[in-house]
Amino acid sequence: MQSVRGVLSLGTLTLLALGAGTVAPAAAQVTGEDIVSREQQAFLYAARDFRADVSMRLVDKEGQERRRKLTMLRLDTGEGSSQKYYIYFHEPADVRGTAFLVWKYQDKDDSRWLFIPAIKLVTRVAAKDAQSSFVGSDFSYEDISGRDLGADSYKLLNEEAREGKDCYVVEAVPKSSSAFTRKVSWIDKKTFLPVREEFYDVQNQLARVFTADEVKDVGGHPTVVRRTMRDVKREHHTEVVFENVGYDSGLDEGLFSERYLQKPPAQWIK
Amino acid sequence: MRGFFPSATCRSRPRSGSSSARTLLVGLTLLSLAPGAYAGDVDLHGFVQGDYASRVTGLRPPGGSDFILGEERLQLTLTGAVAGGRSGFSAKTDFIHDSILDRSDMEVREAYIDFTAGPLEARVGRQIVTWGTGDLLFVNDVFPKDWAALFTGRPLEYLKVGTDALKLDWYLADFGFEAIASPTFEADRLPDGDRFFVQDPFSGATNRTTREPRPNLDNAELAIKVSRAVIGWECALYADRGFYRSPAPEPDTTGGSMRVVVRFPRRGVYGASVQRAGLGGVINLEGGYYDSRNDPEGNDPFVPNSQVLYLAGYKRQMGPSVMLGLQYYGERIRQYDQYRSTLPSGAPEQDRHRSLVTSRATWLSDYQTWKLSFFGYWSPTDEDFYLIPEVWHSLADGVWAAVGGNIFGGSGETTFFGQFDRNDNAYAAIRYEF
Repeated sequence: MQSVRGVLSLGTLTLLALGAGTVAPAAAQVTGEDIVSREQQAFLYAARDFRADVSMRLVDKEGQERRRKLTMLRLDTGEGSSQKYYIYFHEPADVRGTAFLVWKYQDKDDSRWLFIPAIKLVTRVAAKDAQSSFVGSDFSYEDISGRDLGADSYKLLNEEAREGKDCYVVEAVPKSSSAFTRKVSWIDKKTFLPVREEFYDVQNQLARVFTADEVKDVGGHPTVVRRTMRDVKREHHTEVVFENVGYDSGLDEGLFSERYLQKPPAQWIK
Repeated sequence: MRGFFPSATCRSRPRSGSSSARTLLVGLTLLSLAPGAYAGDVDLHGFVQGDYASRVTGLRPPGGSDFILGEERLQLTLTGAVAGGRSGFSAKTDFIHDSILDRSDMEVREAYIDFTAGPLEARVGRQIVTWGTGDLLFVNDVFPKDWAALFTGRPLEYLKVGTDALKLDWYLADFGFEAIASPTFEADRLPDGDRFFVQDPFSGATNRTTREPRPNLDNAELAIKVSRAVIGWECALYADRGFYRSPAPEPDTTGGSMRVVVRFPRRGVYGASVQRAGLGGVINLEGGYYDSRNDPEGNDPFVPNSQVLYLAGYKRQMGPSVMLGLQYYGERIRQYDQYRSTLPSGAPEQDRHRSLVTSRATWLSDYQTWKLSFFGYWSPTDEDFYLIPEVWHSLADGVWAAVGGNIFGGSGETTFFGQFDRNDNAYAAIRYEF
């Protein structure tokens, strides 16, 4: 009996070892959810705080362009995945001076406030739908500030090289109805940053594609400084460039308040 | 906003003539000095805008035309800050050409200087202040408004008018304190009888005098707001000691001919508001008491009686590009029996309680370059309404155009919106911002 068991065990091990090379090598060590969790950490939670000057180029299928320029400040509050974002618009001219504050919580809807400079109005924004377009671009709010890890189920599909990087290929399927029905992500094994993401719609057709076009090391944090979101069906895309990126600059939590919505902190917003 | 303002013919206009020339001179001097004083940190921005509105009812007030608004505007905004942002300034001036009267004018919309010292901030000069939680409904936002701008479809920012004031903000732990002292009175701007059909119970008056509160120390307006968040609710308390901003006309028939003296009685406002996320959207509640200080007993028919005002609102997003908002608003006259017993015979009687329901729907499309919006007021007690549909389009970065309508109606001619029934108008606006 012992020898049979031994053979079976060996056989199982052999099968596992064979399988490892082709199907799911790291399955024993790492799950799709682990990978996405680490991706979020690298992509959205690097360091305690973050600032960047952000330029967006929105291009339609005729090649017509619109531009947005904003400064983004981010702070991790240290409570789970809660974060605070401050966004100040420099361009286009008709939204100059508009400021936007988001308090993102781990397990409830975000709180969002908007400051409209022409009438000195701070207004609370109803924020139910994280999949709405961010400032008219191809990015949604959750593309910018992240999606709850628990909102999707994950499956590690494969491992392959993409754009010259060894990647995990992870599929995410929303647990409840969402703008996409399936998302396939190529995640760099080394940096855990997304290299490419494909969003599929209800007809299981490719709807949007995210690509990380340039990654730079900023103070030890690999950072996607140029990225594109392409709406495949509408032939529209948005390219985003981060400049003057800073981590752990010592942003004070007090900046993420109504006071500074009305008066942008000059030290951080130029 | 009062349920009924008897005379809508008093509109304070932008200063013109020599005073505007002086302002221009001061502005230009500031412009030429500023870059030196605030080395390197001065920005000049602004816009060119055209606003046009035409009545579509085919009716014209005596001497008026179909066109109720036709103007071109150049707005220049000069802002500057010293390094570190401890001090700065902003000056926003509109140069206006009224194409109906073929007259040019200018208006300083804002001109202020800021100082910051730790938790304390001061803003001195002409400035726009917005308080309260209502959407086109105002309880604790006691600051001056231009209703004529709203009723003719000028961009929404023109509903607010600057106040000449000293504003102090103090941020202490979780509290925010704001105090505003304004030495000069600024009336609400109401539609002009030359261009708008307005209900005027004293239309027979040959002599009309407007007496705005003089700029004296005892007429200075003081307003205070204290705010803080309490378990997710954003709470605020408000107090204001000032004047009613809509005119209170009083007839004087001594000596045969009827004279009308338009005054702005003293008013105290005490209120509170709370706001928080809830029911998948945002909920707000606000209340206030308008203390009619020149008529505490409510016996003077030519001074508004004290009132309690309140509103409840809810807004939420429906899908990725649709926003909906609903509000309920009420006003209740405090000494209603005195109001009724002293009301001059023949004057339209207001209900004790006036309520309003508003709805807003906004739909964004094509990467937010198109915006379809609708705002509607409807009063079940006054049986009147006011609807504002609008289509807005961004033609390119910094360039937009809007067309819309202002539709008034009601079963009576003396209610707030009903009196404007004959003024239904269509408007168009275009702006290039730089």
